[in-house]
Amino acid sequence: MPGPFRRRGQGPDRGEGESDSPSEDGADGDATDPGSARTDGGTVQRKRESSGGRLSGALDDRFGDDFVESLPFWLPAFLLMGLFVYGAIIWNFVISLTDYEGFRDVSYSSLDFEMYTRAFNDSGFLDAAQNTVVLLLAFTVLTLGVGLGLAILVDRNIRFENTFRTIYLLPMSLSFVVTAQFWLWLFNFEDGLLNQAVVLVGLDRVNWIGDPQVVLWAVILALMWQFSGYAMVVYLAGLRAIPQEHYEAAKVDGASTLKMYWRVIIPQLKGATISAAVVLMVFALKAFDFLFSLVSGYRPPNGADILATKMVREVYSGTPRWAYGSAIAMILFAMALSIIGPYLIYQYRRGNL
Amino acid sequence: MSDATASEPSAESEQESADPASRSRWWSVSASRVVLYGALLAIMGVFLVPIETGLVTSVKTNPTGVSETLPYLPPPPEYFTLEKWEQAFDRLARGMVNSALYSIPATVLSAFAGSLTAYGITQARWKERYKALLLALFVAGIFIPYQAVLVPLSRFWSTYAPLEDWLAVLWVIGIDNDYAGLVELSVTHIAYGIPICTVLFRSYYKNMSIEMVESARLDGASLRRVYRRIILPLSTPMFAVVLIYQFTQIWNDLLFALILVSSESSEAAPVTLILAGLGQSLEGADFPLRMAGAFIAALPTLAVYVMFGEEFAEGVAS
Repeated sequence: MPGPFRRRGQGPDRGEGESDSPSEDGADGDATDPGSARTDGGTVQRKRESSGGRLSGALDDRFGDDFVESLPFWLPAFLLMGLFVYGAIIWNFVISLTDYEGFRDVSYSSLDFEMYTRAFNDSGFLDAAQNTVVLLLAFTVLTLGVGLGLAILVDRNIRFENTFRTIYLLPMSLSFVVTAQFWLWLFNFEDGLLNQAVVLVGLDRVNWIGDPQVVLWAVILALMWQFSGYAMVVYLAGLRAIPQEHYEAAKVDGASTLKMYWRVIIPQLKGATISAAVVLMVFALKAFDFLFSLVSGYRPPNGADILATKMVREVYSGTPRWAYGSAIAMILFAMALSIIGPYLIYQYRRGNL
Repeated sequence: MSDATASEPSAESEQESADPASRSRWWSVSASRVVLYGALLAIMGVFLVPIETGLVTSVKTNPTGVSETLPYLPPPPEYFTLEKWEQAFDRLARGMVNSALYSIPATVLSAFAGSLTAYGITQARWKERYKALLLALFVAGIFIPYQAVLVPLSRFWSTYAPLEDWLAVLWVIGIDNDYAGLVELSVTHIAYGIPICTVLFRSYYKNMSIEMVESARLDGASLRRVYRRIILPLSTPMFAVVLIYQFTQIWNDLLFALILVSSESSEAAPVTLILAGLGQSLEGADFPLRMAGAFIAALPTLAVYVMFGEEFAEGVAS
């Protein structure tokens, strides 16, 4: 099967980079395509007129030849997704403007931004927001670094490449709930492996989970273990898309290995870095499952509360504070949007949408 | 370090070793190779250690076996027991069945919906501008933090689609009414799985040769016929990728299970929900039980990963 890992030009499958060719970009409205003109005159056109009538003809004129005929394929799924994703987000925003709380029914009579001002006066919220940003940035940068290092090591024509790659990626196939169990045991104060190693080198035991100064970094370490294999896979596909000649040209110029990677190779991995970074940040925003499992409850260890956990706790533990939870969720959503928005624009400009 | 040779196929450097003139060069090459493989193996150790300590701990007695032995060594016979695996299995068996009940249908349906959708917005001819807009909505749908939809989601299922009332006939014949939660979970996972499935299939269909489709269209074949006769049979490799990716995601999820089923003591609790509360007691955490439970809950996804690692890698890479 044509995996993303074959070096460019090694086989009939020309790898990932090629797919970005601008063949589709300019073809706005397929009328420029010689194929479509012929399609129009044929049987298809006649059949459409008999079944669709004037409205579908008008829609096709507006959106393109196959628009009406293609509707049954994508519209149901689009509506379901649209309802659950965009409909829910809009509804969530409206709820965040109410003061919906407890077990009575929601009332939409007075809408204001009170919940947002409450959030910015809540020190618990501010701590969680700060932790979220630290987690997001530190986790993403460190994981990308480790992933790039792994990819460069694996890309050196090694034997058993598949085995190494499979094992580096293995943690990603596990649930956060499962990896939280493993790491809880590694972090154990008395008998855990990490503290055994710490004692071995002559240092004091670290209270990985109990110390508010440490716990966020402990979580970042565990998440890095789980996702650096992912960053490696993305970078590996990126490295394989770089033509062999670029390596050779750098060598002919007498550049050292380090210089070659820094000056020639890494700049070409911009696309891989951007897509991996976006996905990793989103994983970090979703670290809820890990933190919940770590303590088997809604209250993460002191110093590791993030917006994702705080939002769920406000709504689903104790008296439900629906409106306040929704407001926190909207702020979290805004953070995600500030990452995804530019990413979508970047992809659109490169012709990938 | 002589990298010029290091990145060439190793067979070639072995041939060179026959020539005495290049022997010193061969030595330096193989030295750098030894360092490389040493590093790769050491990193492999780092990746495996958390799993290995979990595995050896799961067969230790609690609390003596755990505190008397080193965390990364297997237990000596006097501290060895399979009791925790039995206990964990008893606790999780119900959850494994429940997870399978919603994961498998949700996986299959979301993959199929993704394939249809991607076909409709890739191979069908309509204006690229509108296709791009639609695709942007799908791509953004992959990345939204689920917290932003949780409150509406619980409101929706409790007030506007009260499955517990709609499916009342099932509870009469003796099925626990918590199982309504599993139906909710399936639908929810399908809805939030559609974006990623669509984007995966879309990148595959976009790179597909379209000559066959075009000639079939010229012969007057409908979109539906082209899908059934040409696209669907050619999609098998991508279905493998998407099914594996989706199954892993849905099986591993905790958040939706927590919100929609809510209690680990529920008859319908998924496996992740039970595992998250396993081995917690006032006397302290029962680590062997937790580890055994973690392995049992991870078994289906681990099996899928071992069998289809390549497809999984492809799913996450695109």
